[in-house]
Amino acid sequence: MLRNPLLRPLAALALLLLIDFFMIPGFFRLEWKDGHLYGSLIDIVNRAAPLILTALGMTLVIATRGIDISVGAVVAISGTVAAMLIGGTMEMHNGIPEYASRIPMVWAIAAAMGAALLCGVWNGFLVATLGLQPIIATLILMVGGRGLAQLLTDGQIVTVYYKPFFYIGSGYLFGLPFSLFIAIGVFVIVALMMRKTALGLFIQAVGINPVAARLAGIRTAALIFFVYMFCSACAGVAGLMISSNIKSADANNAGLLLELDAILAVTLGGTSLAGGKFSLVGSVIGALIIQALTYTIYSMGVPPEVNMVVKSIVVFAVCLSQSPEFRGLGSGWVGLSSGAARSRSVNGKKP
Amino acid sequence: MKLLRQSLSSPYFTSLATVALLIVMFAMGSFAYTGFFSLQVVLNLLIDNAFLLVIAIGMTFVILSGGIDLSVGSVLALTTMISAYLLQSWHWPPLLVIACVLLIGSAFGALMGALIHFFKLQAFIVTLAGMFLARGLCYLISINSITIDQPLYVTLSQARIDIFGAFVSPSVVIAVLMLALAIYIAHYTRFGRAVYAIGGNEQSALLMGLAVGRTKVMVYAFSGFCAALSGVLFSFYMLSGYGLHAQGTELDAIAAVVIGGTLLTGGYGYVAGTLTGVLILGLIQTLIAFDGTLSSWWTKIVIGVLLFVFCMAQRLMSLGAAGSGSATPAMPATPATTAA
Repeated sequence: MLRNPLLRPLAALALLLLIDFFMIPGFFRLEWKDGHLYGSLIDIVNRAAPLILTALGMTLVIATRGIDISVGAVVAISGTVAAMLIGGTMEMHNGIPEYASRIPMVWAIAAAMGAALLCGVWNGFLVATLGLQPIIATLILMVGGRGLAQLLTDGQIVTVYYKPFFYIGSGYLFGLPFSLFIAIGVFVIVALMMRKTALGLFIQAVGINPVAARLAGIRTAALIFFVYMFCSACAGVAGLMISSNIKSADANNAGLLLELDAILAVTLGGTSLAGGKFSLVGSVIGALIIQALTYTIYSMGVPPEVNMVVKSIVVFAVCLSQSPEFRGLGSGWVGLSSGAARSRSVNGKKP
Repeated sequence: MKLLRQSLSSPYFTSLATVALLIVMFAMGSFAYTGFFSLQVVLNLLIDNAFLLVIAIGMTFVILSGGIDLSVGSVLALTTMISAYLLQSWHWPPLLVIACVLLIGSAFGALMGALIHFFKLQAFIVTLAGMFLARGLCYLISINSITIDQPLYVTLSQARIDIFGAFVSPSVVIAVLMLALAIYIAHYTRFGRAVYAIGGNEQSALLMGLAVGRTKVMVYAFSGFCAALSGVLFSFYMLSGYGLHAQGTELDAIAAVVIGGTLLTGGYGYVAGTLTGVLILGLIQTLIAFDGTLSSWWTKIVIGVLLFVFCMAQRLMSLGAAGSGSATPAMPATPATTAA
């Protein structure tokens, strides 16, 4: 039980919530108003949804020893495409507001997801087919992609006036935020794919040793291709959520630094950046930790500027706690005794 | 055909390609726009990008050693912020301020290097956290921009040094001196050779008896120093300290290093190539400014395309070196950010 890798992120989240319980009055209070649940916890989960999605995609990429720093740009592209195609106007007909979109919303969303998938194909092509280093392959899209999104909107913020679109980011289903259902849905699908099929095992194998995995008959390139496409698709959905939530698409700032938060969530969740073993639940918890931390900082009246400092200190602490060398510092005698044991056994084998 | 294959597989192919591209781009600009073909346009590239050159020099060493430093842009911003604060609020003498910020930058880098080496943490994640930390510290000092009106800074920001009828700023002189020093360090000192050796193969370097740990820490300290120096140059350029200064500069610096022909896997590249990389990034902006009809978003797209082209060139080169018979590996052999 103590060796469960999820223990540490869960403990961190619990500690954070405990601090909130004492510092913020009414933190755990949930209210039922107008058919919706209201409360701090709902707020955190709602705002964490895009981060959870991108972190899920990022987990699989990192599990294959890769990294995708273009997710922020993909968020900007998908949000921009959706917002530009929907546009939308509100007209009053006999006192009843009627919303009209430029093209049907389904098509706009399909186009946005198509654009996101294209980004994934591009990343996958560079990493899996050409064998470029993942960080640099996705750097290309990170730099160029935001430029493309800005070119589409000419650097302006595209506002959406179409009520059905707002449902994705700020609607409610059964009293809970709709974005939460999307995040849970994607999580369940991925978790089933990883647990019920051999896909999860293959991804781990590729992450632990790509050459051995290929020799063992795993179609490494196809797998990596899929993983990058999946990551971009997740970012695409997150882009839809974000632009729907703020009712506009901002190519300059949408998803800025999101890739870093996603990587952070994955790391906090216990997935090693060196590839191999990964934990989807861990990444979700990691994303919740980040959002809860942000919420705590804001609601405790600490200036928001401190957010980045606190976040960085948390990262340092988590990374250090995962480092065997650092843990070895505190218990030097363990290392000594095991070293002595090893030398004894070597001596024992001597004739 | 044979000549083509030979030149493709020669180790300095991408560096030559970069220089050729630089000349072609400049020639295109000269034909297309009046007033483009002048010494001042070339020198303006240096004036506007002196800070980027200095930061990219530090990044070159980090990448040569097989690491990455994402914190440089924020360290630059933090430097401008600390300088502005010490000058404006505490009225420290400017030279003391400069010495102080250079020390802070080096210490910041050394600390990250120590975390990376001694606790075997990933360079990517440590410098990422460093990036958050430095930006956050900027906002702790002030969330607003602080104007610098210290006489020495103002003088340095307005000074012009004449060269053949054109002029450069003192920052350019500092950046070029730094470049010369870096070329010397990289190619003619024991430290430089150790950096290349570690980037080539850390295990071998260790077995060869090189001071791997000390060198790695020093590489990050050097990068931090360069970032701080670049921050000093940036505060001459902008005459202000601000937490939002130079956002995304780390990516520009990485792009400049890659375009300059340094392999991201470490162990191979030239410091001088970084200069051409920086000049190309600057030239793209100048071309777009001269054109006037293209929006500035094109800068990013063109940089993305160039990055792609140069990565492809590097890939071709390494395939050529490995022999044409080998199958394309599905993954790069040694991702730099994932130390074994």
